[in-house]
Amino acid sequence: MRDSRPVLLAEDDSIDAMTVRRAFRDLKVTNPLVHAINGEEALAYLKEKTNDRPCLILLDLNMPKMNGIEFLTAVKTDPAFKKIPVVVLTTSSEQRDVVESFRLSVAGYIIKPVDYRNFVEAMRTINMYWTLSELPDEKAEDPNAHNQTLVACGRSS
Amino acid sequence: MPTTKPLLLVADRPEDALTIRRALGDLGMAERMVHTPGTEHALAYLRCVTNEKPALILLDLNAAGTAGIEFLRAVKSDPSLGAIPVVVLSDSPQRQDVIQSFDLNVAGYIVKPTDYAALVEAMRIIQDYWSLSYLPAGPR
Repeated sequence: MRDSRPVLLAEDDSIDAMTVRRAFRDLKVTNPLVHAINGEEALAYLKEKTNDRPCLILLDLNMPKMNGIEFLTAVKTDPAFKKIPVVVLTTSSEQRDVVESFRLSVAGYIIKPVDYRNFVEAMRTINMYWTLSELPDEKAEDPNAHNQTLVACGRSS
Repeated sequence: MPTTKPLLLVADRPEDALTIRRALGDLGMAERMVHTPGTEHALAYLRCVTNEKPALILLDLNAAGTAGIEFLRAVKSDPSLGAIPVVVLSDSPQRQDVIQSFDLNVAGYIVKPTDYAALVEAMRIIQDYWSLSYLPAGPR
Protein backbone atom coordinates (compact mmCIF):
# COMPACT_ATOMS: atom_id res chain seq x y z
CA MET A 1 0.00 0.00 0.00
CA ARG A 2 1.05 3.62 -0.37
CA ASP A 3 1.78 4.14 3.31
CA SER A 4 2.68 1.91 6.23
CA ARG A 5 -0.52 2.17 8.27
CA PRO A 6 -2.45 -1.04 9.00
CA VAL A 7 -5.04 -2.62 6.71
CA LEU A 8 -8.24 -3.53 8.59
CA LEU A 9 -9.84 -6.79 7.47
CA ALA A 10 -13.44 -7.47 8.58
CA GLU A 11 -13.97 -11.18 7.88
CA ASP A 12 -15.80 -13.86 9.87
CA ASP A 13 -14.27 -16.82 8.02
CA SER A 14 -10.94 -17.69 9.64
CA ILE A 15 -9.73 -19.59 6.56
CA ASP A 16 -10.39 -16.56 4.32
CA ALA A 17 -8.62 -14.30 6.82
CA MET A 18 -5.64 -16.66 6.81
CA THR A 19 -5.64 -16.61 3.00
CA VAL A 20 -5.48 -12.79 2.98
CA ARG A 21 -2.61 -12.92 5.50
CA ARG A 22 -0.77 -15.48 3.36
CA ALA A 23 -1.29 -13.39 0.20
CA PHE A 24 0.09 -10.31 2.00
CA ARG A 25 3.18 -12.32 2.94
CA ASP A 26 3.64 -13.76 -0.56
CA LEU A 27 3.28 -10.30 -2.11
CA LYS A 28 5.60 -8.80 0.52
CA VAL A 29 2.96 -6.32 1.61
CA THR A 30 4.44 -4.96 4.81
CA ASN A 31 1.33 -3.23 6.22
CA PRO A 32 0.16 -4.83 9.47
CA LEU A 33 -3.10 -6.74 8.89
CA VAL A 34 -5.64 -6.18 11.66
CA HIS A 35 -8.32 -8.87 11.62
CA ALA A 36 -11.82 -8.24 13.03
CA ILE A 37 -14.30 -11.13 12.93
CA ASN A 38 -17.40 -9.02 12.25
CA GLY A 39 -18.53 -5.44 11.65
CA GLU A 40 -19.03 -4.77 15.33
CA GLU A 41 -15.44 -5.70 16.17
CA ALA A 42 -14.12 -3.70 13.18
CA LEU A 43 -16.07 -0.63 14.32
CA ALA A 44 -14.79 -1.07 17.88
CA TYR A 45 -11.22 -1.16 16.51
CA LEU A 46 -11.81 2.12 14.63
CA LYS A 47 -13.36 3.80 17.67
CA GLU A 48 -10.49 2.92 20.01
CA LYS A 49 -8.36 6.07 19.90
CA THR A 50 -5.11 4.30 20.81
CA ASN A 51 -5.33 2.10 17.68
CA ASP A 52 -3.60 3.19 14.48
CA ARG A 53 -6.15 4.29 11.92
CA PRO A 54 -6.09 1.94 8.91
CA CYS A 55 -5.13 3.21 5.45
CA LEU A 56 -7.63 0.79 3.86
CA ILE A 57 -10.49 -1.47 4.96
CA LEU A 58 -11.14 -4.85 3.32
CA LEU A 59 -14.74 -5.79 4.06
CA ASP A 60 -16.64 -9.06 3.84
CA LEU A 61 -20.42 -8.59 3.50
CA ASN A 62 -21.94 -11.71 5.06
CA MET A 63 -20.94 -11.62 8.71
CA PRO A 64 -22.83 -12.27 11.96
CA LYS A 65 -23.70 -9.56 14.55
CA MET A 66 -23.01 -6.59 12.25
CA ASN A 67 -22.81 -7.38 8.55
CA GLY A 68 -20.81 -5.49 5.91
CA ILE A 69 -23.65 -3.21 4.80
CA GLU A 70 -24.45 -2.22 8.40
CA PHE A 71 -20.74 -1.56 9.02
CA LEU A 72 -20.51 0.55 5.84
CA THR A 73 -23.55 2.58 6.87
CA ALA A 74 -21.93 3.30 10.25
CA VAL A 75 -18.48 4.13 8.83
CA LYS A 76 -19.65 6.32 5.96
CA THR A 77 -21.91 8.46 8.16
CA ASP A 78 -19.16 9.10 10.71
CA PRO A 79 -16.99 12.12 9.75
CA ALA A 80 -14.02 10.58 11.57
CA PHE A 81 -14.04 7.40 9.44
CA LYS A 82 -15.82 8.19 6.18
CA LYS A 83 -12.63 9.11 4.29
CA ILE A 84 -11.03 5.69 4.77
CA PRO A 85 -11.37 3.76 1.48
CA VAL A 86 -13.36 0.53 1.88
CA VAL A 87 -12.96 -2.33 -0.60
CA VAL A 88 -15.59 -5.08 -0.46
CA LEU A 89 -14.12 -8.59 -0.59
CA THR A 90 -16.98 -11.06 -0.76
CA THR A 91 -18.43 -14.21 -2.33
CA SER A 92 -21.68 -12.40 -3.22
CA SER A 93 -21.98 -11.41 -6.88
CA GLU A 94 -25.59 -10.25 -6.44
CA GLN A 95 -26.08 -6.98 -8.30
CA ARG A 96 -28.22 -5.74 -5.39
CA ASP A 97 -25.21 -6.03 -3.04
CA VAL A 98 -22.93 -4.35 -5.62
CA VAL A 99 -25.26 -1.37 -6.08
CA GLU A 100 -25.95 -1.03 -2.34
CA SER A 101 -22.21 -1.09 -1.59
CA PHE A 102 -21.41 1.59 -4.20
CA ARG A 103 -24.31 3.71 -2.92
CA LEU A 104 -22.49 3.49 0.41
CA SER A 105 -19.34 4.77 -1.32
CA VAL A 106 -17.11 1.71 -1.48
CA ALA A 107 -13.92 2.10 -3.51
CA GLY A 108 -14.08 -1.34 -5.13
CA TYR A 109 -16.13 -4.55 -5.02
CA ILE A 110 -14.12 -7.70 -5.51
CA ILE A 111 -15.34 -11.29 -5.57
CA LYS A 112 -12.97 -13.57 -3.63
CA PRO A 113 -11.40 -15.99 -6.09
CA VAL A 114 -11.62 -19.58 -4.81
CA ASP A 115 -8.28 -20.64 -6.27
CA TYR A 116 -5.28 -19.36 -4.24
CA ARG A 117 -3.25 -18.30 -7.28
CA ASN A 118 -6.13 -16.13 -8.51
CA PHE A 119 -6.65 -14.83 -4.98
CA VAL A 120 -3.03 -13.64 -4.85
CA GLU A 121 -3.45 -12.00 -8.27
CA ALA A 122 -6.54 -10.15 -6.99
CA MET A 123 -4.64 -9.00 -3.90
CA ARG A 124 -1.72 -7.93 -6.11
CA THR A 125 -4.07 -5.76 -8.21
CA ILE A 126 -5.60 -4.24 -5.05
CA ASN A 127 -2.14 -3.55 -3.63
CA MET A 128 -0.89 -1.97 -6.88
CA TYR A 129 -3.93 0.30 -7.16
CA TRP A 130 -3.73 1.45 -3.54
CA THR A 131 0.02 2.02 -3.94
CA LEU A 132 -0.60 4.18 -7.03
CA SER A 133 -3.46 6.08 -5.40
CA GLU A 134 -2.92 8.68 -2.72
CA LEU A 135 -4.49 7.85 0.64
CA PRO A 136 -6.04 10.36 3.00
CA ASP A 137 -4.05 10.70 6.20
CA GLU A 138 -5.16 13.59 8.36
CA LYS A 139 -2.47 13.00 10.95
CA ALA A 140 0.47 12.95 8.56
CA GLU A 141 2.79 15.89 8.24
CA ASP A 142 2.02 17.81 5.08
CA PRO A 143 5.29 18.42 3.20
CA ASN A 144 3.61 21.03 0.99
CA ALA A 145 2.28 22.97 3.97
CA HIS A 146 5.73 22.79 5.56
CA ASN A 147 7.37 24.17 2.43
CA GLN A 148 4.80 26.91 2.17
CA THR A 149 5.51 27.90 5.77
CA LEU A 150 9.22 28.04 5.03
CA VAL A 151 8.64 30.18 1.99
CA ALA A 152 6.31 32.46 3.94
CA CYS A 153 8.90 32.80 6.73
CA GLY A 154 11.58 33.56 4.19
CA ARG A 155 9.52 36.34 2.67
CA SER A 156 8.61 37.93 5.94
CA SER A 157 12.14 38.05 7.35
CA MET B 1 -12.97 -2.67 -17.36
CA PRO B 2 -14.57 -5.52 -19.31
CA THR B 3 -17.94 -3.79 -19.14
CA THR B 4 -19.01 -2.13 -22.39
CA LYS B 5 -20.37 0.89 -20.51
CA PRO B 6 -18.65 4.17 -21.31
CA LEU B 7 -15.81 5.68 -19.35
CA LEU B 8 -16.38 9.37 -18.76
CA LEU B 9 -13.34 11.64 -18.76
CA VAL B 10 -13.87 15.11 -17.32
CA ALA B 11 -10.96 17.33 -18.32
CA ASP B 12 -11.11 20.91 -19.51
CA ARG B 13 -7.56 21.19 -20.84
CA PRO B 14 -7.58 19.66 -24.35
CA GLU B 15 -3.92 18.61 -24.08
CA ASP B 16 -4.70 16.58 -20.91
CA ALA B 17 -7.66 14.89 -22.56
CA LEU B 18 -5.54 14.09 -25.61
CA THR B 19 -2.73 12.51 -23.56
CA ILE B 20 -5.16 10.40 -21.53
CA ARG B 21 -7.02 9.35 -24.69
CA ARG B 22 -3.71 8.31 -26.23
CA ALA B 23 -2.77 6.30 -23.12
CA LEU B 24 -6.19 4.61 -23.09
CA GLY B 25 -5.75 3.96 -26.82
CA ASP B 26 -2.49 2.16 -26.13
CA LEU B 27 -4.47 -0.04 -23.70
CA GLY B 28 -7.19 -0.67 -26.30
CA MET B 29 -9.81 1.38 -24.47
CA ALA B 30 -10.04 4.68 -26.35
CA GLU B 31 -13.28 3.82 -28.12
CA ARG B 32 -15.11 3.53 -24.78
CA MET B 33 -14.01 6.93 -23.59
CA VAL B 34 -16.45 9.82 -23.60
CA HIS B 35 -14.74 13.15 -23.08
CA THR B 36 -16.62 16.14 -21.74
CA PRO B 37 -14.68 19.42 -21.71
CA GLY B 38 -15.39 20.82 -18.27
CA THR B 39 -17.63 19.92 -15.38
CA GLU B 40 -20.79 21.64 -16.64
CA HIS B 41 -20.76 19.57 -19.82
CA ALA B 42 -20.07 16.47 -17.72
CA LEU B 43 -23.06 17.09 -15.46
CA ALA B 44 -25.28 17.75 -18.47
CA TYR B 45 -24.06 14.50 -20.06
CA LEU B 46 -24.70 12.53 -16.84
CA ARG B 47 -28.17 14.01 -16.33
CA CYS B 48 -29.35 13.44 -19.90
CA VAL B 49 -31.60 10.36 -19.68
CA THR B 50 -30.82 9.18 -23.20
CA ASN B 51 -27.08 8.91 -22.44
CA GLU B 52 -25.85 5.62 -21.04
CA LYS B 53 -24.53 6.04 -17.49
CA PRO B 54 -20.75 5.54 -17.39
CA ALA B 55 -19.12 2.63 -15.56
CA LEU B 56 -16.50 4.97 -14.11
CA ILE B 57 -15.72 8.69 -14.08
CA LEU B 58 -12.14 9.94 -14.40
CA LEU B 59 -12.02 13.51 -13.09
CA ASP B 60 -9.04 15.71 -13.89
CA LEU B 61 -9.15 17.77 -10.72
CA ASN B 62 -6.38 20.27 -11.40
CA ALA B 63 -7.79 21.39 -14.68
CA ALA B 64 -11.20 21.93 -13.16
CA GLY B 65 -9.97 23.71 -10.01
CA THR B 66 -12.72 24.38 -7.47
CA ALA B 67 -15.26 23.41 -10.13
CA GLY B 68 -13.91 19.86 -9.80
CA ILE B 69 -14.85 19.71 -6.12
CA GLU B 70 -18.27 21.21 -6.90
CA PHE B 71 -18.73 18.57 -9.61
CA LEU B 72 -17.87 15.80 -7.13
CA ARG B 73 -20.33 17.22 -4.62
CA ALA B 74 -23.09 17.41 -7.27
CA VAL B 75 -22.51 13.84 -8.51
CA LYS B 76 -22.29 12.30 -5.06
CA SER B 77 -25.43 14.04 -3.78
CA ASP B 78 -27.50 13.00 -6.82
CA PRO B 79 -29.28 9.67 -6.09
CA SER B 80 -29.16 8.66 -9.77
CA LEU B 81 -25.40 9.29 -10.05
CA GLY B 82 -23.98 8.88 -6.55
CA ALA B 83 -23.08 5.20 -6.93
CA ILE B 84 -20.82 5.74 -9.97
CA PRO B 85 -17.20 5.46 -8.82
CA VAL B 86 -15.13 8.61 -9.43
CA VAL B 87 -11.34 8.42 -9.72
CA VAL B 88 -9.47 11.72 -9.44
CA LEU B 89 -6.51 12.42 -11.71
CA SER B 90 -4.33 15.24 -10.46
CA ASP B 91 -1.08 17.01 -11.27
CA SER B 92 0.11 17.11 -7.67
CA PRO B 93 -0.58 15.39 -4.35
CA GLN B 94 -1.96 18.40 -2.46
CA ARG B 95 -2.84 16.92 0.92
CA GLN B 96 -5.94 19.08 1.37
CA ASP B 97 -7.25 18.06 -2.08
CA VAL B 98 -6.65 14.39 -1.24
CA ILE B 99 -8.52 14.67 2.07
CA GLN B 100 -11.36 16.70 0.58
CA SER B 101 -11.73 14.28 -2.35
CA PHE B 102 -11.94 11.21 -0.09
CA ASP B 103 -14.36 13.11 2.12
CA LEU B 104 -16.50 13.38 -1.04
CA ASN B 105 -16.20 9.60 -1.53
CA VAL B 106 -13.79 9.29 -4.44
CA ALA B 107 -12.59 5.77 -5.25
CA GLY B 108 -8.98 6.74 -5.87
CA TYR B 109 -6.76 9.81 -6.22
CA ILE B 110 -4.01 9.34 -8.79
CA VAL B 111 -1.21 11.81 -9.39
CA LYS B 112 -0.55 11.75 -13.13
CA PRO B 113 3.06 10.90 -13.95
CA THR B 114 4.60 13.49 -16.29
CA ASP B 115 6.45 10.77 -18.19
CA TYR B 116 4.21 9.22 -20.88
CA ALA B 117 5.29 5.59 -20.33
CA ALA B 118 4.63 5.98 -16.61
CA LEU B 119 1.21 7.47 -17.38
CA VAL B 120 0.31 4.45 -19.53
CA GLU B 121 1.43 2.19 -16.67
CA ALA B 122 -0.74 4.16 -14.21
CA MET B 123 -3.74 3.87 -16.55
CA ARG B 124 -3.04 0.12 -16.85
CA ILE B 125 -3.15 -0.25 -13.05
CA ILE B 126 -6.44 1.70 -12.97
CA GLN B 127 -7.81 -0.53 -15.75
CA ASP B 128 -6.70 -3.74 -13.99
CA TYR B 129 -8.31 -2.71 -10.72
CA TRP B 130 -11.62 -1.65 -12.25
CA SER B 131 -11.69 -4.80 -14.40
CA LEU B 132 -11.37 -6.88 -11.26
CA SER B 133 -13.99 -4.85 -9.41
CA TYR B 134 -17.69 -5.30 -10.03
CA LEU B 135 -19.45 -2.07 -10.95
CA PRO B 136 -22.86 -0.63 -10.08
CA ALA B 137 -23.55 0.08 -13.77
CA GLY B 138 -24.61 -3.50 -14.32
CA PRO B 139 -23.38 -6.63 -16.10
CA ARG B 140 -19.71 -6.60 -16.90
